[in-house]
Amino acid sequence: MFKSLEKNLPKIVLAPSVGLISWFVYGFILWTFYISFTNSKILPRYELWGVGQYAKLWGTRKWLIAVDNLLIFTVLFLVICIVIGVVLAIFLDQKIRTEGILRTIYLYPMALSFIVTGTAWKWILNPTLGIEKLFVDMGFENFTFDWLVNRDMAIYTIVIAGVWQSSGFVMALFLAGLRSIEDEIVKAAKIDGASLFTVYWKIIIPMMRPVFFTSFVVLVHISIKSYDLIVALTQGGPGISTTMPALFMTQTAFHKSQVALSAASAMMMFMAVAAVIIPYLYSELRRENVS
Amino acid sequence: MSASTNISYQKLEDRSRITNLLLRWFLYFVLVLFAFYFIFPLYVMLVTSFKTMEEIRQGNLLTLPGQLNIESWAVAWGGRGYGAGDTYLRPYFWNSIKMVVPATFFSTFIGAMTGYVLTKWRFKGDSWVFLFLLFGCFIPYQAILLPMARTLGILGISNSILGLVVVHSIYGIPFTTLFFRNYYVSIPNELIKAARIDGAGFFKIFFKILIPISAPIIVVTVIWQFTQIWNDFLFGATFSFGTAAPIQVALNNMVLSSTSVKEYNVDMASAIIAGFPTLIVYVLAGKYFIRGLTSGAVKG
Repeated sequence: MFKSLEKNLPKIVLAPSVGLISWFVYGFILWTFYISFTNSKILPRYELWGVGQYAKLWGTRKWLIAVDNLLIFTVLFLVICIVIGVVLAIFLDQKIRTEGILRTIYLYPMALSFIVTGTAWKWILNPTLGIEKLFVDMGFENFTFDWLVNRDMAIYTIVIAGVWQSSGFVMALFLAGLRSIEDEIVKAAKIDGASLFTVYWKIIIPMMRPVFFTSFVVLVHISIKSYDLIVALTQGGPGISTTMPALFMTQTAFHKSQVALSAASAMMMFMAVAAVIIPYLYSELRRENVS
Repeated sequence: MSASTNISYQKLEDRSRITNLLLRWFLYFVLVLFAFYFIFPLYVMLVTSFKTMEEIRQGNLLTLPGQLNIESWAVAWGGRGYGAGDTYLRPYFWNSIKMVVPATFFSTFIGAMTGYVLTKWRFKGDSWVFLFLLFGCFIPYQAILLPMARTLGILGISNSILGLVVVHSIYGIPFTTLFFRNYYVSIPNELIKAARIDGAGFFKIFFKILIPISAPIIVVTVIWQFTQIWNDFLFGATFSFGTAAPIQVALNNMVLSSTSVKEYNVDMASAIIAGFPTLIVYVLAGKYFIRGLTSGAVKG
């Protein structure tokens, strides 16, 4: 009896985490999945109702706007963060004397919450007293900057704040990648007469492919889940012009009490994340098995 | 080698020295420019928080306050002293402390144990178990929000600090497991074997051998969990409101409340207070912070 306890001890210790994750991750996702096929309003109802919620979702103007915004945000956020991250990492990798301080400055926004970031940028982008006033005081008297309250431009304010928060992180990923490349490769290419630009463009950047992949996955993941930043910066407004799926999901569930519709939107988000993450996990695992 | 080729080679050297110098100036210029871009919001927050509203209306984002006016800090932290509708951060700051300390402890401890079993007591299919747990790092929490709200309601701990401790402890497990598993994998198994031959059991090996050499990964994990839980808004806003809210929710409510004239100085002081603990951790232990960031990165 004691012997078998001793033998199974590792599995007994493992049981709580496996149990908790099974229930609170997998069980809950299945529950949400099931509810999305019912007609639940405030309280969950368990009679199946078919795919009606999904049809309703894709016929809801607010959801379509949310998806549009997500696409705009993701593309801009991704491209700008990666460009800034790569440039800063390559520049910092040139034996810069103040590298430590600069790196600390580039990365500190990652320590702040999106609510803090959003609050700060909301003030900076304030249509009367913020950036606009700064430029007017500098002599550009007709300068206007009202993106925060402009239906067509508000989504870009979220990009500005998001890029500020996350591009330092991409820099850190690339810097780690650059540091793992051996100096010999660069030296050899230089001896062969390649310019520094060519060395980076033709040799080093292509070698960074795994880092590009990781950054891509991380940033897409952040953007699909973005919620706090929008709440702090625009609350989805003006009107519903900066709604995104995560905001749609909570508003539909907790303000509109349309639990099943909200579950359907959550499942769409889940599938979008899965579409990015599963290939990523697969390739990571393969790499681990090869090495 | 003739003299003329020597001279032309010398010229080439000189030219490349000049381009190199220009290139370096350009590098520094770009790097410093970006440093200003990243520092700018922090600078604006700080100077704004010390200005009076009059100074805010008169000046612009960059102007310095006439004197260090700490009243908005006092208001942000302790309120104005009149009863209803006076929201200030102090109680919510303690709410967050009461939430983040136990949740960080539990998730780190469970993650350490799980990582230990998965690497040092291997069994058939253990890598599948790891993958099974790891998946929890990547899910969008929207997919578990509705059943979690109901579960907390059924357990009678919705809208309470305890409820948030439970939620953060559970959803932290995938990350803490990932950290400890990757760390323990690199610790030689011979160490464990030797201890087993000496008669050490499951727990003795964990507490006497592994924990003492786990300091670096414990630091990384604790910093990661602390930052994530302190900065969380989604769970806080969904599962608690009123007096049980954590600080990020309170900050957001303070900034959004439109009962009186907007006080940007108080808003900025509040934002700095809410960001202060994680910022301090970052400044003091940046190396560990970055290590956690690059290995547990996929979280929004």
